[in-house]
Amino acid sequence: MIRSHDPGECEMTLLVQADFDGELDAAQAAALAAHRAECSICRAASESLERVRHALLEQAPYHRTPAALRARLAAQAGRPRAASAWAANWRRAAASFVAGGAIAAAVMLAIVPRGAPGLADQVFAGHLRALEPGHLEDVVSTDQHTVKPWFDGKLDFAPPVKNLAAEGFPLLGGRLDYLAGRRVAAMVYGRAKHVIDLYAWPEPGANAAPTVLERDGYTLIRWRQNGMALWAVSDVERSGLEDFVRRWHTAP
Amino acid sequence: MWSMGGEGGRDFESSVLPHLDAAYNLARWLMRDPTDADDILQEAVLRALTYYSSFRGDNARGWLLQIVRNTAYASMKLGRTLRTVPLATGDDATAAMPEPSDPGDDPERALLKARAHESVDRLLATLPAELREAIVLRELEELSYKEIAQITQAPIGTVMSRLWRARQLLAEAAQREAVP
Repeated sequence: MIRSHDPGECEMTLLVQADFDGELDAAQAAALAAHRAECSICRAASESLERVRHALLEQAPYHRTPAALRARLAAQAGRPRAASAWAANWRRAAASFVAGGAIAAAVMLAIVPRGAPGLADQVFAGHLRALEPGHLEDVVSTDQHTVKPWFDGKLDFAPPVKNLAAEGFPLLGGRLDYLAGRRVAAMVYGRAKHVIDLYAWPEPGANAAPTVLERDGYTLIRWRQNGMALWAVSDVERSGLEDFVRRWHTAP
Repeated sequence: MWSMGGEGGRDFESSVLPHLDAAYNLARWLMRDPTDADDILQEAVLRALTYYSSFRGDNARGWLLQIVRNTAYASMKLGRTLRTVPLATGDDATAAMPEPSDPGDDPERALLKARAHESVDRLLATLPAELREAIVLRELEELSYKEIAQITQAPIGTVMSRLWRARQLLAEAAQREAVP
């Protein structure tokens, strides 16, 4: 009966489906397999999913383009028509999106695979460590002309320290951290009750557009600007961090 | 947004036309009629041609499928090809009524009960469009949740629950056919 496969009866059934669709990584799939061995609802759900797939493959036809239509469309592709109102609207929407900031347009969402230790993990861990009492700033100052000289002699590069107080992201201070096998600068910014850590270290290469990673309510945006790797991490909402990055990017 | 795969920088013929079958299949399942599907595909390809120059991503298939979907929905909204599916006939008429003992009953289940004797493919054609497109993109086109989410402009969680509901609605028919 359908009723026995109601997802309300076991909270794992959507995961059973995700596993069936190949959307889980190996660790998640293994954890689910252990659960399924114990849960008859999830075993029944697996079997049901398999039956539906089988029935669809047997019965639901994949409709291929009729030859005449294909020929007509291929011919059409050779002679574009004038832009329709619909397309013009679409272009306007795209243009306003770009005007909203090249940064925002270039931001891509990447889901960090769990259990893959890397620099992103180190940055998340560093941010969480820093949030412990007394760990946030080594130098407490809202003045970039105090924070910037503080890094001198502690680092072999001059980190770009900017104050965005006027934009709603006051500089709170600076900190030394250790990432990617080297000392890095961590600049601490405030946003209402939230803290944004901005890590910076030299990294050769062309400027690179921001990439977003999200995990457990924290957002990380990384980009490369003027030979400097920049990683911003915070628990502010994603749009807030994107706003920070956009303003930091364009600030003098 | 359409930044998967590796088709960037190619011309329309080589990047978009190879996905014509995927586009037609989606149009056909959304419109449920060959003539309507022809019209939708033709209009969608014209739209794609018109603004291909501003297409910046490299997942041409996802991009084309989204245009097909938007075109089909716009057409259905106009009521040009909207069809009504009879919910119940003859002996099934009472089956469409929710049972008092099942508080989880909803129109989808009522529909399922009404169509209790349909084959899986006929049943698929009667699912609500947002469930139908999710299952067609997943099972026939074998797209990932992320791609389906982009094409249908819905969060991944919504895609997952639509797929689950669609499969639930098809499950009984599938079981009946597995055990005649």
